Amino acid sequence: MRNEYDVAVVGGGLLGSAIAWGLGRIGQRVCVLDEGDIAKRASRANFALVWVQSKGLGMPAYTGWTVKASNSWAKLAEELKQQTGLDVCFQRNGGFHLALSESELEQRAETIKRLHNQSGGTDYQLEILDHGQVAKMLPHIGPEVAGGSFCPLDGHVNSLRLFRALHTGLARFGIDYRPEHAVTKIGYENGAFRLATPKGEIMAGKIVLAAGNTNQVLAPMVGLDAPMGPTRGQIIVTERTVPFLPHPLTTLRQTDEGTVMIGDSKEEMLDDSATNMPISSVMADRAQRMFPMLGRLNVVRMWSGIRVMPKDGFPIYDQSETCPGAFVACCHSGVTLAAAHAYEIAPMIAAGTLDRKKVGAFTAKRFHQPAQEKLNVQTH
Amino acid sequence: MFRRIEEDRRKPVEIIVEGQSITAREGDSVAAALLASGLEVRRATAVSGEPRLPYCMMGVCFDCLVTIDGMGNRQGCLVPVRDGMRIEIQKGKREIGR
Ligand SMILES: Cc1cc2nc3c(=O)[nH]c(=O)nc-3n(C[C@H](O)[C@H](O)[C@H](O)COP(=O)(O)OP(=O)(O)OC[C@H]3O[C@@H](n4cnc5c(N)ncnc54)[C@H](O)[C@@H]3O)c2cc1C
Ligand code: FES
Repeated sequence: MRNEYDVAVVGGGLLGSAIAWGLGRIGQRVCVLDEGDIAKRASRANFALVWVQSKGLGMPAYTGWTVKASNSWAKLAEELKQQTGLDVCFQRNGGFHLALSESELEQRAETIKRLHNQSGGTDYQLEILDHGQVAKMLPHIGPEVAGGSFCPLDGHVNSLRLFRALHTGLARFGIDYRPEHAVTKIGYENGAFRLATPKGEIMAGKIVLAAGNTNQVLAPMVGLDAPMGPTRGQIIVTERTVPFLPHPLTTLRQTDEGTVMIGDSKEEMLDDSATNMPISSVMADRAQRMFPMLGRLNVVRMWSGIRVMPKDGFPIYDQSETCPGAFVACCHSGVTLAAAHAYEIAPMIAAGTLDRKKVGAFTAKRFHQPAQEKLNVQTH
Repeated sequence: MFRRIEEDRRKPVEIIVEGQSITAREGDSVAAALLASGLEVRRATAVSGEPRLPYCMMGVCFDCLVTIDGMGNRQGCLVPVRDGMRIEIQKGKREIGR
């Protein structure tokens, strides 16, 4: 293996892989350095939604960015299938957020209204539906469902297969993936970067920091900033059952292979080696009130994962002024944004500069400006 | 393929497999009774639909999944037979609500 590259991507999770794949696609010589199996990795623990509704309250640019990613997701799925033979089962069949009481429904409608009233946001055709309207599309809902919001742009994928397809694609593009190469130090000299790892030094003309929450530590080494506030999420998985759920929900979805995933909890806790039972039971209880038939299914797995979460909940894409050629990328919703990372961010990195018109709003400089509104970090 | 041993003097238990009455023995697991019945009792797996029979007979392989008294995905090797029990061979994924 060589040790000199056009671009070294630090972090082989969904962000690093999607960006590296996008770089490989346009002929860049790339290596991906990853910490290894001891790392906390959101990319192996997520809920697999390609989700648009309710994204961007507090930052209109994020709505547009999300819609753009969702619009090019079908192309990503198709290209990965052509290249690797793996079907990531992308479905953009529209998604729901269900409310279990009138007051939850009102709260939802209020959030949606605030989003719509935000100037500069992109419209994403969201509708608020009552119980009867929801029941026409989701015949198995229980009597407690007051209604919900539906967005035709929402969808989901098989996210572990996406991860595998991206990595298979990296190998096909001739990209070197190097696990057990945790970057500990980054030097910058004469326009080139030296990355120190326990397995030797790597040289590259450009670097992309995509190391999840570790970006917070790495970014300052090259004059960048990535303030993070990770949270923990939990997921419950049932045994496989015949298809009964034609649309994914923010908190519930049925996979292409028939299992039901129940998700969406949030804790300020950063140990992913155990699950919190009281939280799991609230999640399971709500799921069962939405779809009473779920009550008969057996739970086969449960896990918790640490979210990669910038301090204000919005993505960070930035480039260094003191070390030109150094970039940082991190976000929650790395599944949803995978297509934007492959088709938008990667070409900008190859060109050596981020396009301010497209991603200027996501600079970390925003953390040093006075906040205009107290932001509410959302998980979906 | 399976034959009961002659000395087995346990009490008979009547169960219904796909609508057909079968004589099992007290203490049989559902999986053992199905195998001993001589009927075609292969299930179909949830994703690929491959045919399967009970394998480990001790609760670890899940190849004995079967619908018992209207409840899907039960492990036949862990459930003892009872008089009047209704068994359906499960073809594919469990139905929701069953
Ligand atoms: C429970 C849960 C549910 C989620 N649900 C969804 C969803 O439905 N839809 C959606 O779009 N998103 C969802 N997400 C978010 C999504 O999973 C993340 O945004 C995405 O995985 C982040 O990818 P990443 O590559 O930035 O981070 P990670 O997966 O954390 O990867 C970071 C990588 O960097 C490596 N690394 C760390 N330090 C170093 C170092 N010093 N040197 C080299 N490598 C290093 C690690 O080994 C790791 O592989 C969810 C997340 C969680 C936890
Ligand atoms: S036969 Fe293996 S679990 Fe029942």
